[in-house]
Amino acid sequence: MKNRGLAFKLILLILSSVTLIFLLIFGYSYMYSRKIIIKNIEKNAMNLARATVNQIDVVLSSVEKVPENMACVLDQSLCTGEELNNLLKHIVQNNKEIYGSAVAFEPWIYDGEKERYAPYFYKSSGKIRYSNLGTASYKYFFQDWYQIPKELNRPVWTEPYFDEGGGNIIMSTYSVPFYRTVEGKKGITGIITADVSLSWLQEIVASIKIAKTGYGFLISQNGTFVTHPQKKFVMNETIFSQAEARGDEELRRIGREMIRGKSGFVPFRSLLTGKLCWMVYAPLSSSKLSLGVLFPQDELMADVVRLNKIVIILGVLGFIFLFVVIVFIARSITRPLSALAGATEDIATGNLDVSIPEIRTRDEVGQLAHSFDYMKQSLKQYIADLTETTAAKERIESELQIAHDIQMGILPKIFPPFPEMPEFDLYATIEPAREVGGDLFDFFFLDDDHLCFNVGDVSGKGVPASLFMAVTKTLIKTRATKDMAPEVILNQVNQDLSTDNPSLLFVTLFLGIFNIKDGTIEYCNGGHNPPYIIRASGEIEAVETTDGLALGVMEDFSFQSKRVVLNKGDAIFIYSDGVTEAMNSRHELFSEERLEGELKRLKGLQVGDILAGVTEKIREFSQDEPQTDDITMMIIRYNRNE
Amino acid sequence: MLHAKIKKYCRFIISVAFFVITICVAPVEGGDTLKKVSFIPQWVPQAQFAGYYIGLEKGIYRKYGIDLTIITGGQDSPPSDLLMDGGADFASLWLSTGIQMRAGGAKIFNIAQIMQRSALMLVAKKASGIEKPSDMNGKKVGLWGPVFQLQPRAFFRKYNLTMQIIPQSFSVNLFLRDGVDVASAMWYNEYHTIMNCGINPDELTTFFFHEHGLNFPEDGIYVLEETYRKDPALCGAFVLASIEGWQYAFDHPDEALAVTMRNLKKEHIPTTLVHQKWMLERMKDLILPENGEDTDMGGLQIEDYSRVARGLRGMELIDSVPSFTSFYKVIRDKDEK
Repeated sequence: MKNRGLAFKLILLILSSVTLIFLLIFGYSYMYSRKIIIKNIEKNAMNLARATVNQIDVVLSSVEKVPENMACVLDQSLCTGEELNNLLKHIVQNNKEIYGSAVAFEPWIYDGEKERYAPYFYKSSGKIRYSNLGTASYKYFFQDWYQIPKELNRPVWTEPYFDEGGGNIIMSTYSVPFYRTVEGKKGITGIITADVSLSWLQEIVASIKIAKTGYGFLISQNGTFVTHPQKKFVMNETIFSQAEARGDEELRRIGREMIRGKSGFVPFRSLLTGKLCWMVYAPLSSSKLSLGVLFPQDELMADVVRLNKIVIILGVLGFIFLFVVIVFIARSITRPLSALAGATEDIATGNLDVSIPEIRTRDEVGQLAHSFDYMKQSLKQYIADLTETTAAKERIESELQIAHDIQMGILPKIFPPFPEMPEFDLYATIEPAREVGGDLFDFFFLDDDHLCFNVGDVSGKGVPASLFMAVTKTLIKTRATKDMAPEVILNQVNQDLSTDNPSLLFVTLFLGIFNIKDGTIEYCNGGHNPPYIIRASGEIEAVETTDGLALGVMEDFSFQSKRVVLNKGDAIFIYSDGVTEAMNSRHELFSEERLEGELKRLKGLQVGDILAGVTEKIREFSQDEPQTDDITMMIIRYNRNE
Repeated sequence: MLHAKIKKYCRFIISVAFFVITICVAPVEGGDTLKKVSFIPQWVPQAQFAGYYIGLEKGIYRKYGIDLTIITGGQDSPPSDLLMDGGADFASLWLSTGIQMRAGGAKIFNIAQIMQRSALMLVAKKASGIEKPSDMNGKKVGLWGPVFQLQPRAFFRKYNLTMQIIPQSFSVNLFLRDGVDVASAMWYNEYHTIMNCGINPDELTTFFFHEHGLNFPEDGIYVLEETYRKDPALCGAFVLASIEGWQYAFDHPDEALAVTMRNLKKEHIPTTLVHQKWMLERMKDLILPENGEDTDMGGLQIEDYSRVARGLRGMELIDSVPSFTSFYKVIRDKDEK
């Protein structure tokens, strides 16, 4: 994902979001429409069931009235013989729903000589026929239609049964007990029955057709199918035997609800097609039968399913359309972007002459391309400027190097400088802080016995300082002549430097004239650090000051000279402030104390080694801290020629 | 045309093959020596008699040299009558019926006690408050005819119960509508019918007589003394074939049920497969003794005999108890195997 292109990310994120939204909307509308439809189906189903049940109940309850009324009559007076027969015949004749009717008496009640008496009138091929059920083989006392109402003491609809004589029609008998009070004791006298064919009822239920495969069925109190499109179930299977055969606990549960006279609306698998249906069930109030009507889910949902299919197809088409649009948009963004990326890559390699692809749009991408072009132009200009500046800088640096070389060139470089003179040893070093420094030192003989030496430090650094230093050095060299006192030299040099000094530079200078015959040094100090005398004994003493100003500051200043005498083994050590003011990383100065200590430590060594030792000590002290000032040192040791 | 010719040719080959097989097999089965025998079960060809019907179907009786005809039982054909008047060579009777007949002078033998355990039971709805025998006192109980009343009456005496006895028909509707509190039922038949009318087993209290010391095992095979003496080998063969038939039915329940369903359909008797399946499974429980070894299959235990005989005499249904050996002829000895 991270490494995928912008187009891929756009497509993935937008399409997955759109799909999610679509599915949510689709799912909600599906669930909701389904709920509404189920609700409607439930309502219609309930109405249908109620209507059917009423239709049946109207007939059955009118049938119930007949034997009930008859029982009332018989309760009052025991009709006998012809009277009873006429009554029964009348009932069968005048009630088209009643197939047959009987009055069955308890043993020995009707006639003290007869155990069984049960006159029965029934319809047969359009005629009313008579039969006595009280035969030895047909023990009516033990028949359900007789026994159950008798034991329960109330009217009862029997379980539907196949009438063996009447040509395979399903019948049910409504049996009503009647009573007689004999000697103040009410006792059951017999049972009045009305046999009702259930075939009309089967027709009503069979006419229920819901969609293609929906159907209605009736079950009895025992769960026996009284009507069912599956003929072999009728009067044979119970809803519970089907539940057992199918291992369907739910079917058994629903069956129990049905035979208990409950009503409801439940999911139900069709026993005919195995399809998932909704079933409404409701009891008949009269005959204790229960009606079930099946509504095949898929068939009733067909419209919704079709609608959903169309919605899904539209969704998929929309998805494809959206895909194409996003690809187009993504391309229009990424194509110039990748062209820009290519161009930028070229620029990154240094090719600033590459042309930025032309983008006509004025959107953000167009702006970006424009900015890129502007950036390229600026970069190009900047690099051109930089090249020029660098060239100039390089030129100056090389010139500075040359200046440094020249500056170093004018300082004495060969040590020992006077190897043919054993009277003294001289050594000097300079370490410029930058390429061109402002320190100077020099020494030269004025005559055979007098060595003029000086160490100076020009204010400032770099080229101006070095030029001032070169001027100072040259002036000293030209002004110092034989038998001239140091103060005279300094006065003249000071005047020369001060006369025309627009840059207001100045130089501190220590100048001494050393008589190599007797070791006396006449000196004059123009604002320079006082040098040290290192006695042969090891004592260090600073050279007394002459209270001179730095040269180039005051034109008519008058310098004073002083004298110091070196004995055999004594040495004079002159240095610039770069030595004592060398700094370490903690901004501490090297200081006079450290210098003095170092000189004491190094006193017996060769003069060159003493300077090298001090230099090393300074380096050690300042570590990596950059050098800020020139470091110049000179030492002269007097050996006295015996 | 060619196709038709090939078909014809194939048919010819098959016919020839059949002819050859028939010729080869017939002598082995002893077509000439097969003895014609008839058998009457107590009732319609339901799974209660699956062992006999599958034995016939699978040629097990032929294997034992018997050409068997099973007479369809039912209300109109009491097996005791058919056995006595020679209408059937073998009959299935209850042990109590057999003892009553023998004690009454009928010259019959029990040659196999197929059921080892009594299937008769009493059921009550828990809703009527009956959980144990004493709860029944004073309640209405539905009882069938005399032979079915032996155990219930002994049971009531044992638990000192005074019951209102109501004659029970063949339907269980009186019980289902609460016309009686307690009903008689055969475990393999009415009990399942009650369940298939929507009453759950946990809503019923059951009293199995065999659990109350009143095991009066039912179906057994009976033969006239005369028939037995004439050809004891035939009787033996019939019993062994019947036992093998039962074993086959238990080993191949689907085949046995298919035969049962076909026979019931032929007799136009409505039934369901689940009911016959239940019946066959219960028959297995009733026929195979508890130790599970088939060696005892079909044997009559003297304890069972004397328990039933004592019960009959106790109710004064018989005057004296016939001796065990005069009643039961061992066909299949334990040691035989």
